[in-house]
Amino acid sequence: MKKALLTLALAATLIFTGCSNDAANTQTAASNEGTETAAVNHPPLHVANWGLFIYEPVLQMFEEEYGIRVIYTTYSTNEELHAMMVHQGAAFDVVTPSDYMVERMINEGLLVQINWDNIPNYRYIGDNFKNLAFDPQNLYSVPYKWGTFGIVYNTTKVDQVVDSWRILWDEQFAGEIFMYDSSRCTMGAVQRMLGFSMNSTSQDELDQVRNALIEQAPLVRAFLADQIIDNMIGGEGILATVYNGCARWIINYNPDHNFVVPQEGSQLWFNSMVIPATTQNQANAEKFINFMNRPDIALLNTLYTRYSTSNMGAFNLLPEDWQNDPIYWPADEILARGEVFVDLGAFREAFELAWTQVLLSQ
Amino acid sequence: MRRLFTYPYILWLAIFVIAPLLLVVFFAVTGTDTYGNTYFTLQNMGQFFEGIIDDQPFFQRIYVVITMRSLRLALQTAVICFILGYPLAYILASKGFRNKPFLIFLFIMPMWMNFLVRTYGWMSILERNGIMNNFLRLLNLPTIDIMFTDSAVLLGMVYNFLPFMVLPIYTSLTKMDKRIIEAAQDLGANPRNVFLRVVFPLSLPGVVSGITMVFMPAAATFIIPNLLGGGQFFLLGNLVEQQFMLAGNWHFGSAVAVVMIILMIVSTFILSRFDRQEEVSEGGMRL
Repeated sequence: MKKALLTLALAATLIFTGCSNDAANTQTAASNEGTETAAVNHPPLHVANWGLFIYEPVLQMFEEEYGIRVIYTTYSTNEELHAMMVHQGAAFDVVTPSDYMVERMINEGLLVQINWDNIPNYRYIGDNFKNLAFDPQNLYSVPYKWGTFGIVYNTTKVDQVVDSWRILWDEQFAGEIFMYDSSRCTMGAVQRMLGFSMNSTSQDELDQVRNALIEQAPLVRAFLADQIIDNMIGGEGILATVYNGCARWIINYNPDHNFVVPQEGSQLWFNSMVIPATTQNQANAEKFINFMNRPDIALLNTLYTRYSTSNMGAFNLLPEDWQNDPIYWPADEILARGEVFVDLGAFREAFELAWTQVLLSQ
Repeated sequence: MRRLFTYPYILWLAIFVIAPLLLVVFFAVTGTDTYGNTYFTLQNMGQFFEGIIDDQPFFQRIYVVITMRSLRLALQTAVICFILGYPLAYILASKGFRNKPFLIFLFIMPMWMNFLVRTYGWMSILERNGIMNNFLRLLNLPTIDIMFTDSAVLLGMVYNFLPFMVLPIYTSLTKMDKRIIEAAQDLGANPRNVFLRVVFPLSLPGVVSGITMVFMPAAATFIIPNLLGGGQFFLLGNLVEQQFMLAGNWHFGSAVAVVMIILMIVSTFILSRFDRQEEVSEGGMRL
């Protein structure tokens, strides 16, 4: 028995080491020279952002200009960011959740109100992006990027017109479909397909959405997040659900593809920079947000990430073919069909359970 | 004096093994109400076994389904690792090689790399237009499409856990008293009988610890099914991760962890009995 216990202990160590989560890859963007002396005066600024959502050299530019060291972390879903802040005690100074998560964080008292005197570059933010439902009086959030969600497909392999989410249920494409690994994105698309609101809190509608996705399961190749980009570029599938910015990446590297936002409508998302209540130095966080909204900096960001900027100063500096690109800057009629997520509140648990059931049915 | 030296280890065990275990059990049997008060409940454990008896559609008893799927995959991994690992350990332990330490070094070397990196490596090998299929196309052979299937997950698990099977078996084979084998040969046993009735039974302790060391992490892993299964292979490890990282439900996450610990204890117990039986028969042989 002694030996068995020893084996158990050994195996337990293996389990624990094997499960360490490498998803959040933390890195410092500090350059060797120039920042060391200044860092003495300022605590480092902890910034968390989505993966592929910033042109990282701008972090160094900020460090050099302000002498504040930036520690940069990435996450891949709103829920992951929320868990990092609430359950793992990560003390960030600036984070970039999207709409419904901004609302939830405000309601949970996780954010501080912004001192607008420190962010003069707020004047560059387009009026369309101000006073949105998740922060109606614009007390907590500075718009960063926005976009929509749709279908990217390989035009050499799809003959029919792609204008509905229902094409993802077409058996002709069995094993060629990638779905986005995020509960609200994917279930939201199906909610629109079935004619429901993406913010529905009806259990009956949720069951129908779940059943539709379970029915689709045999056709799906995988549920992935940013990995969809590489897989589509490499021709690993024919259809995928992605954000418009991801679609821009895919089409740039593999021009056989096209992107559409289905007629049933889709989500319209708005990412904002917000300051968590855990901030060590709110004024520095505001300096960072202000810097990110300098038109030349916002321009570098949007050119690299290919996600639409909320900063009209940067938009006006963009080349004309970007300004007129329907994927980068979706047309008004697509926006009219769009819906912005709101926080589901207590219904969240039922929603996540349904999503687990979908993943399990594969 | 000797006892004095054990205190640091006792302290270490208390802080890093016993206390966390108690915390997990505590979270598993408690809940938090809306005012932040903690109360005793068995609801988390009950939730796990929901629908276990009734003949419900699968999504009414998802946690049981997840458990069965995890155990099946872990068992498959252990069996395949054994089938691949035993001959390998046997070859490594046999005298035929001049440069044995170097061979073992070659075998262990890949483990120096982070297993996440190696698993990513498998992704680019297994993709439809990946390294393996491009090579097959070059030879005009049919391609293999297993990325994002259970075969890919199984492959990744076997690859990652194989050394934990081979090394204990290798150790038990090399430690074996060679005179016993010679005695068996002297008494007229043919090579087949020497292996089946002497070598294999004596190496069973190594096999048992190998199976334990493969089975347990395989049942708990979540990164490998995430990467190679394309998010579709929801296992117990994924469930714990989801409850802690996304849902923020530590109580239910802990309940799942407790169920896993119980499963592990039961399987270790079964395996260790198996081990002891062999020791008895070994004693019988000596008579």
